[in-house]
Amino acid sequence: MFADYTTTELVSIFAMQGFAGLILFSVFVLMALGLAIIFGQMGVINMAHGEFMILGAYITYIISNLFSSYLPGLFDLYFFLAMIVAFFATAALGALVEWGMIRHLYRRPLDTLLATWGLSLILQQIYRSVFGAREVGVSLPDWLMGSVPLSDMIEIPINGLFVMGLTIIISVSIYLLMFRSRWGSQVRAVVQNRPMAAAVGINTEKTDRRTFALGCGIAGIAGSAFTMIGSTGPTAGQLYIVDTFLVVVFGGAQSLVGTIASAFTISQSQSTMEFFLSGSMAKVLTLLVVVGILMLRPQGLFALKMRH
Amino acid sequence: MHISPTIKKTLRVSKTCFLRKLVIASIAVLGYHHGALAAPSTAEVNTTGLAVTDDTVKVGILHSVTGTMAISETGSVQAEKLAIKQINEMGGVLGRKIEYIQEDGASDWPTFAEKSRKLLVNDKVAAVFGCWTSASRKAVLPVFEQYNGMLYYPTFYEGLEQSPNVIYTGQEATQQIIAGIDWVVKEKGAKKFFLLGSDYIWPRTSNKIARKHIEKLGLKVVGEEYYPLGHTQFNSVINKIKLKKPDVIYAIVVGGSNVAFYKQLKAAGIDMTKEKPVLLTISVTEDEIRGIGGENIDGAYAAMKYFQSLDNPNNAEFVKNFKAMWGDDIVIGDVTQAAYLGPWLWKAAVEKAGSFDIDKIKEASPGIELTTAPEGYVRVHENHHLWSKTRIGLAKKDGQYQVIYETEELMEPDPFPEGYQ
Amino acid sequence: MSRVEIRSYFPKSDLVNFAVLACLILIVLPLSMDIFRLNLVGKYLTYAFVALGLVLCWGYGGILSLGQGIFFGLGGYCMAMFLKLEASDPESTKIQSTPGIPDFMDWNQLTELPWFWEPFYSLPFTIIAVLIVPTIFAYIIGVAMFKRRVGGVYFAIITQAVASILTILIIGQQGYTGGVNGITDLRTLLGWDIRTDSAKYFLYYLNAILLFACLFFAQWVRKSKLGRILLAMREREDRVRFSGYDVSNFKIFVFCLGAAFSAIGGAMFTLQVGFMSPSFVGIVPSIEMVIFCAVGGRMSIFGAIYGTLLVNWAKTTFSESFPELWLFAMGALFIGVVMAFPGGLAGLYTDKVLPFCKKFIQKTRSGKKPQQIKVGPPKNDELASPDLAAVK
Repeated sequence: MFADYTTTELVSIFAMQGFAGLILFSVFVLMALGLAIIFGQMGVINMAHGEFMILGAYITYIISNLFSSYLPGLFDLYFFLAMIVAFFATAALGALVEWGMIRHLYRRPLDTLLATWGLSLILQQIYRSVFGAREVGVSLPDWLMGSVPLSDMIEIPINGLFVMGLTIIISVSIYLLMFRSRWGSQVRAVVQNRPMAAAVGINTEKTDRRTFALGCGIAGIAGSAFTMIGSTGPTAGQLYIVDTFLVVVFGGAQSLVGTIASAFTISQSQSTMEFFLSGSMAKVLTLLVVVGILMLRPQGLFALKMRH
Repeated sequence: MHISPTIKKTLRVSKTCFLRKLVIASIAVLGYHHGALAAPSTAEVNTTGLAVTDDTVKVGILHSVTGTMAISETGSVQAEKLAIKQINEMGGVLGRKIEYIQEDGASDWPTFAEKSRKLLVNDKVAAVFGCWTSASRKAVLPVFEQYNGMLYYPTFYEGLEQSPNVIYTGQEATQQIIAGIDWVVKEKGAKKFFLLGSDYIWPRTSNKIARKHIEKLGLKVVGEEYYPLGHTQFNSVINKIKLKKPDVIYAIVVGGSNVAFYKQLKAAGIDMTKEKPVLLTISVTEDEIRGIGGENIDGAYAAMKYFQSLDNPNNAEFVKNFKAMWGDDIVIGDVTQAAYLGPWLWKAAVEKAGSFDIDKIKEASPGIELTTAPEGYVRVHENHHLWSKTRIGLAKKDGQYQVIYETEELMEPDPFPEGYQ
Repeated sequence: MSRVEIRSYFPKSDLVNFAVLACLILIVLPLSMDIFRLNLVGKYLTYAFVALGLVLCWGYGGILSLGQGIFFGLGGYCMAMFLKLEASDPESTKIQSTPGIPDFMDWNQLTELPWFWEPFYSLPFTIIAVLIVPTIFAYIIGVAMFKRRVGGVYFAIITQAVASILTILIIGQQGYTGGVNGITDLRTLLGWDIRTDSAKYFLYYLNAILLFACLFFAQWVRKSKLGRILLAMREREDRVRFSGYDVSNFKIFVFCLGAAFSAIGGAMFTLQVGFMSPSFVGIVPSIEMVIFCAVGGRMSIFGAIYGTLLVNWAKTTFSESFPELWLFAMGALFIGVVMAFPGGLAGLYTDKVLPFCKKFIQKTRSGKKPQQIKVGPPKNDELASPDLAAVK
């Protein structure tokens, strides 16, 4: 299939394709990091994760409208504010949900699945009632939508670069927060042994609530960033949920590094296969391979060594 | 026309033929006195027990108000309600006001089948305006055929179907595709096509027809790709497009994928306002552009039969009324207009047949013309599809299409195109 | 089986439950409804098969499958293939370019019937396939997962992924499967029109009888040693394993049984509704079926059926009168059941309606929720750690 093309064309295409894989990787990481914290660290199966992301997207939509009506001069910069607001709003909703619902269910992980599924239905209907059933168009500042031409063939989408940069910043912050801060060690202590953590004076309830809120907040940022590449509608969140869970599970639920590694593996194989096969088959094959590997290695790529 | 409750009661309890005739006569007189057009008696216009009374007739509206399809179907519901309201303001159908019963298909095909059965069996509606996806239509079709109902189906679709119980007010595939490709070949000198679609029956069937037509013209299809519904990552296929350098990207992506596809296409530096490649779509109406954002699809071409910007007096009136009823910021897409035609075509058929009976409507429907349609003149074909023009629109930043071409003649609907299967 | 034994499998209270349910389904509902509503009830009851299977898998076995739609769909598709072949005889498909094959194949340029469709000309083969194909599929998944001790949340997510793979495949391979439209326009079964009112009555009763057969079987499983092992396994899998039982085989068995029940439901669904489409295979219907079971009470085989009827009845009524509110009601139902009534309807019934039976009930429930009866500090693996729950 490569016979018809010149070497430069092929090199460019592989470069482009590699970059496409990297964008997909960033998207997966953004989707999965929040869930990796909620599911991996806390054991809560949050089926409403997609809806939290869409909340972030809707907040971006609102803020972009506010800016274009009241502060058109600063429109170019609204996106940063939108992401911050999206983070805090979804985190607040997350804390509320944790307080009202999740904290009663920590001992029944499978039940959190059902309850959060119910939550996702309610959120969807709220979005539909408030924003209408149709997708909303989030207008973006022009500088985010262009591309940087490197050569005739290679063009790097700026929003892709933006998502990648964002992913790096968030991953690093989470690493610092989880592994270099006092709060992080409290979270890890609670995850590994709740009674012992409580015994040494960690307020486990507060830690749980903040952890959950953090996970949701990251989902909000992800949703906000995805307005650049995806759609914003009441049911758009459902598109992400299976992929997101697979990424987290494949990485080994408790390992954040694992989540990143698994996002990398899945995204690279999917984007490579997409290039050689048709889109649907690539998707099926990727999912099959992931499920197959999980059957062989149920603990995922990176299992945390712990005494059970 | 008002009939006092006592007379209605008399009508119901009257057992003898004589009395009934007397009452009917008195109703006719009453009608005359009210100065309205004397409506034909219910016994005459409704011999099969439909929900037709002396002053009302019940119809059904069956769309998804909830679920993933609600996004698309909202416009159709609005258009149908507008048409019904306007018909009622003009005095209704055969002197009877239309009352609608709205049911929610909930984006779930068995629910569509269930609700259509309810509308036909329990409510005995005289016609149903509804369905959107092919799957929902396929699910209700046996129900309509079994209980002999009438469905007005608004969406452009893949064809390969022709039921006496359905009037297809949207285009079947060839009506959208052939004229569009002919235009792009003639005007843009296109030689190489890249076909792309969501992975289900409509895009696949449409692309098949497109491919046959392209190959008949002696031109080349350089790629054909399908992605699952709801897919949001199109970078790989965009790279393939860059590699194959087609003159035309023929895109039939639907739903949320649409938004992702156009945003990523733009971000990858494929500028549709430039000479090449040309993007031609048959799946993006003004409704979808609202989600995609006008600036992301600026410069794309769409082949449809209706655009909101269509310049004719019918359409100006329609757009005005639609906005008055549903708000100023609303946009009207191809399917919305087709849904609007449903009640009017039904009214015309009932009046031509002089009866609400389904069998008579089926017979009367072919040949019915509508000169007041927003898209212009339409006529019902023997195969229950509409003759209509194909138009090419150029997408603008403001989310509207500029109509830049329309076929001279009405395109003949051909749901089973010879040589294209 | 001696009489004593039979009595131990069917204690008095359960016999009363059977009698009440039979009375409701076989007599009260058919008498009080027109055929249109009864057909709806018949459709709901096909979901009850799935819910019943979930009681065994999830309530007893502790295996939450979010992919029961796979088996419901496979069963339904097997039946639909048979009916479609019958509906596509050369006479009624003579306008096609290849008469005698289903219409959607003709549209996709297939010129002959694919090999795996051939056997579905035979009704006996179809009936066997309805039962066997999903069971084998469940067996493969089960062996792969349970032999490697994958369970809990992991299992739920993997079944979900399998459901989504299957949906994409069915939709993508439309020449062979009918694609997103599914297999539609099914008319007759061996020449007998399944769309008439009398056929609908017959199918309703056939469905009810099959449901009772499954109920009896589930009751047997529940009351037998197998049921007790399942419960023991759910609570302390390692101890059962140390006692010398091969835990995975029991899990595989009960998972396959749930699959077979679902498949019967799917086949009956196709017969009563007249078509089958990929929208029953996906994630959303699978999770909805879990909620039917949860509403009814995940430990009660009768509750599963009442729960299915109640939720679906509510769905139909709500969406007729307030379509916009339906999702709120459904969401609230999910949350409410999980938070306030983890025992579902059955739990409500036993806790509130039958307080005088409390002693008896505590005996059977005590194994069910040890976490509610706080005895000592919680054990390590009850804590919020999916890894532990999954890979013991």
